[in-house]
Amino acid sequence: MPTSVISYIIRRLLAAVGLVVVISMITFAIFYLLPRLAGASPETLATRYVGRAATADTVRVTAERLGFYDPLYVQYWDWLKGVVLGTTIDTGAGTVQCPAPCLGYSFRNQEPVTPQVLDRLPVSFSLAIGAAVLWLIVGLSVGILSALRRGSFFDRAAMTFALAGVSMPIFWTGLVALAIFSYQLGITPPGGSYTPFTENPVQWAYGLLLPWITLALLFSAQYARLTRAGMLETMGEDYIRTARAKGLRERTVVTKHGLRAALTPIVTIFGLDFGLLIGSAVLTETAFGLPGLGQMAVDATGSNDLPQVLGVVLLIAVFVAVANLVVDLLYAVIDPRVRTR
Amino acid sequence: MGESGSGKSVSSMAVMGLHTSRSARISGSIRLDGQELVGAKQDDVRRLRGQKMAMIFQDPLSAMHPFYTVGNQIIEAYRIHNQVSKKAARAHAIDMLDRVGIPEPRSRIDAYPHQFSGGMRQRAMIAMALSCDPSLLIADEPTTALDVTVQAQILDLIRDLQQEFDSAVVIITHDLGVVAELADDIVVMYAGRGIEQGSAEAIFNAPEHPYTWGLLGSMPRFDRPPTERLLPIKGTPPSLIRVPSGCAFNPRCEFSDRVRGDACTTERPELLPAGSGTGAHVGHGAACHLPTAERQQVWAQEISPRLA
Amino acid sequence: MRITRKRGAAALVVVAALGLSACGSGGGTGGGGGDEPQLDNGALGSVVAESDEKGGTLTFGLAGEWGDTVDPGETYYGYSWDMLRNYARTLVMFKTEPGKAGLELTPDLATDLGKSSNGGKTWTYTLRDGVKMEDGSEITSADVKHAVLRSTDKKTFPNGPAYFEAMLDLPEGYQGPYKSKNANTDRAIQTPDDKTIVFNLKEPFAGFDYLAQLPQTAPVPEDKDTGSKYRSHPLSSGPYMFDGNFDVARGFTLKRNPEWDPATDPNRKALPDEMVVKTGLEANDLDNQIVAGTIDVDIAGTGVQSAALPKVLQQADLRERADNPVNARLWYTSINPTVKPLDNIECRKAVMYAMSPTVYQNAYGGEYAGGDIATTLMPPQIPGYKDFDLWGFKKNPDGQPDKAKEALQACGSEGFETNIAYRAERPKEKATAEGFQQALEKVGIKANPRPLPEGDYFSGTCGLPSYVVKNNIGLCVNGWGADWPDGYGFLSQIVDGRVIRETGGSSNTSVRIPEVEDMLDKAIVEQDEDTRNEMWGAIDERVMEEAVIYPGVYAKAVLLRSKNATNVFVNESFGYYDYTAMGVKQ
Repeated sequence: MPTSVISYIIRRLLAAVGLVVVISMITFAIFYLLPRLAGASPETLATRYVGRAATADTVRVTAERLGFYDPLYVQYWDWLKGVVLGTTIDTGAGTVQCPAPCLGYSFRNQEPVTPQVLDRLPVSFSLAIGAAVLWLIVGLSVGILSALRRGSFFDRAAMTFALAGVSMPIFWTGLVALAIFSYQLGITPPGGSYTPFTENPVQWAYGLLLPWITLALLFSAQYARLTRAGMLETMGEDYIRTARAKGLRERTVVTKHGLRAALTPIVTIFGLDFGLLIGSAVLTETAFGLPGLGQMAVDATGSNDLPQVLGVVLLIAVFVAVANLVVDLLYAVIDPRVRTR
Repeated sequence: MGESGSGKSVSSMAVMGLHTSRSARISGSIRLDGQELVGAKQDDVRRLRGQKMAMIFQDPLSAMHPFYTVGNQIIEAYRIHNQVSKKAARAHAIDMLDRVGIPEPRSRIDAYPHQFSGGMRQRAMIAMALSCDPSLLIADEPTTALDVTVQAQILDLIRDLQQEFDSAVVIITHDLGVVAELADDIVVMYAGRGIEQGSAEAIFNAPEHPYTWGLLGSMPRFDRPPTERLLPIKGTPPSLIRVPSGCAFNPRCEFSDRVRGDACTTERPELLPAGSGTGAHVGHGAACHLPTAERQQVWAQEISPRLA
Repeated sequence: MRITRKRGAAALVVVAALGLSACGSGGGTGGGGGDEPQLDNGALGSVVAESDEKGGTLTFGLAGEWGDTVDPGETYYGYSWDMLRNYARTLVMFKTEPGKAGLELTPDLATDLGKSSNGGKTWTYTLRDGVKMEDGSEITSADVKHAVLRSTDKKTFPNGPAYFEAMLDLPEGYQGPYKSKNANTDRAIQTPDDKTIVFNLKEPFAGFDYLAQLPQTAPVPEDKDTGSKYRSHPLSSGPYMFDGNFDVARGFTLKRNPEWDPATDPNRKALPDEMVVKTGLEANDLDNQIVAGTIDVDIAGTGVQSAALPKVLQQADLRERADNPVNARLWYTSINPTVKPLDNIECRKAVMYAMSPTVYQNAYGGEYAGGDIATTLMPPQIPGYKDFDLWGFKKNPDGQPDKAKEALQACGSEGFETNIAYRAERPKEKATAEGFQQALEKVGIKANPRPLPEGDYFSGTCGLPSYVVKNNIGLCVNGWGADWPDGYGFLSQIVDGRVIRETGGSSNTSVRIPEVEDMLDKAIVEQDEDTRNEMWGAIDERVMEEAVIYPGVYAKAVLLRSKNATNVFVNESFGYYDYTAMGVKQ
């Protein structure tokens, strides 16, 4: 491997780590600094951890135990140290070992955040991966066909449908899909049916079918439009003319020369979409009652469980950063011009 | 030869069968080695492309696929029309690169287009176009996007290879210098039509169309004092969507008042034999309402002295 | 306080109900048009699809996460308490019967209700023979004692009710059995033998049986206690036990407990073979699933969402499956007498008269989903409820601006400006605040709505006395549901001025009447129930005279049951379906 490629990878890796750190800082600031700026005292923050019946004394002790009296950068540093090295948490009732990567301790669930987050991850991942496969198949093929038959009935119908797909709120489509397919027709399982893949792959797929389709519908629409636009642009390029001038069959021109170039930007968008989707399919997870990360983030925010919120956000940040990294590396594989830059 | 938008490229695309098949309508006749291409099956035309007729383009950077190596693209072109192993095709590609003057072709074959300079890229394009030893090579403005010094090299290369491969070369250009350098026969195009054609000698020494006069007049020459102004053609090329009626050149023509009646604005002149029809003037033709004699007189008495 | 809040901001809505048929539909005023939809209300006061058929799976659904824990020492949500009775037996319990009977206490783990002695300071219970935990061990009084003691450790169980540590005669500085391992707690709870348990209180308390029904008296064997981890699989003493572990996000499954002996348990039918609780559902999807029959009941008991409400009211087949119980919850607004000029009772009166009761009712969703117009603090089904209407709310559902202006004059004011706070996450409280703003404007009082975060509403803003004064918050939109249906359970936390802490955190923000405090002290020790109930009514009336609380609505909810559910009735102590009684059609 040439050194330029290695240094490229290292630079990207550092950028990814930097991104995660910055996001964690921002999130930390949002949840710990903003309330303070808005006038909340350390005690106010601590009341969220002590239950309704606590005395002012208990609140003060708790605030101290949680380090709420420390300057914010100290709190952040402690938290970061926990992530990297692990830590021991004083829960008031006793101490709990929280091995690295320790994302904090959820006082609502009386458990370290990391295992809870990891417990939710497979659900979100299952949802994202199935939907991604579906939307890539549907979105790309519709997009390519539309581009090649630009202006045809198929093109116009597909693009109208795609516009509708992009504009439809997924929450609504989800509930409508459930009402029709699960409750009227009874061909798909009701909301809240998730079976882990390791338990029963068939049930896993069956339970996720409707969420996949619903989520994929939205993304297929986007990807069909993207692919169509990309293909139209690429097919007008000079090198496509060259390929034709060589006497290549049209099919080869489209796939080997056209698609290859048109897909490159889509790979980027796909990587980011997929990384982000792991933690942000909130509406789909909510509509279908899937116990994934997005739902966890919503519940944790609702109940003010800051360590949990922070944990989920950080994990999502890691996924986005990893997706970004993978995309960058993939880009270098796909587009030789990137490698030497 | 002709200004931008005069229909040079479109005509060559029609020859190659690369026009947008759905929206383009083609009539008339295109023959390659006696084979009629207009109305021929698309697949048959495709088989000829690259093999019997090849093309190189103006901008060698955008004309090569950025994601494939130069060698790959040449090998692909060769293997479409020749049933050979990859290894043989690669050897052939290296040979081609060598023949177009790319140094160290063995290693350069695995480079990507962006790693080549503009001139190198055009050489590689030529190698690709000639890889199947075509009988016809169309070069669409092959030097326009290149540095002046490189231009000359490429033109030399094309001329050398033409002799080596014994192909017919059609050069499309707006550059009279290039034409003078390479061409045996010239078609001057205006607004989508040929308005004068003939041997290079006839066109340069005894042109008969006012537009050709204009073109020759706008060519800078070193043998004239630089203080003298060029003689550009007034006005701009017409839009092909609204071609002027009659002679398409009439709004810009200095000589239309010498034509009797309103023929210039009502009647499109046909490309008719011009000159003496002998010697250099075999096949010389022009499309102008001025009578041949008057054209020759105007050239000899009014235009030619101005250019000298 | 029993917190029946649904998860976070999302769907608080028509919070849970302590139902009652007597007041079911008659209470509505003014609002209704000609065609009043007739909800079935079959599960109010009687049993729908009465059945003794055992078997099948009863499926519960919950929107969002399980908001609470299932540890008997810490659980504090109404639906959690209702469900808990399937896997835990407490000393006494509310009868599992429809109608008024549901408000009566009956022995469960004990052979009888508590026997009081020592002037109401000592309470003795005897345990039944032959009651076993799921591991087969016989339940002893020590298990109950340990359960109560561990619940007093508020560091391990911060969210549980805090009655026992407040009332039991525990050693000074006692921190629960984990930290104060060697403390002698016999002064508080004695276990003279395996079947007898004696509670000693610091002060007499006549209503101790209500404490003995708290989940905290469900036995927890000390050697099986895992502290804060116990919640993942509480050991069962009831007819069902956890199949696997409890999961906040995914819910849980209860299966039959083979060690449960129906002969020891007259209160539970235990019909289904299995109970499944599905959590994390979307609220509207949950309604759809109950309509479709894939889920039998919404465990939260908060009623259908506004999207499904019109359908339920209009469709005959759904009306047949709907009940509209009244809740033991009051949505009200505090009028803070510490904020000028509301320190003058005449100015407070102006607020009482100016606000329109109908506007308040509509803010909460109208007559069915919102509730009935309230004229008192205690909802009608609370024993001790006294029917009075000091301010003429029922006769003047649109407000009394004339009287309000008179009161304003008496106050010596042309009108004034104040702020009305509400919890930003709650759309209904927002509507209420805006309702006040419009109604008060008509008489010249400018009340600016001020959204505040729910998280520290009581600890940091509305419940913090210095905050309301500094920020001129004259009104706080609010709500209250009792821990148990009893005057004490309902009133003590919201009308006793002594619970107000200068550091914040109290649910009572506006009632500081010394006379009321005396009345409370007397009622708490009154041994005769009827006399005691009269005293609660008098307290209610005295507080209302003072114009420091504007009572909005007695909450109601439109509950929907699936077509498969059998043996359904509303347990009035909870205000929604009795989860120990329900079964499913096979």
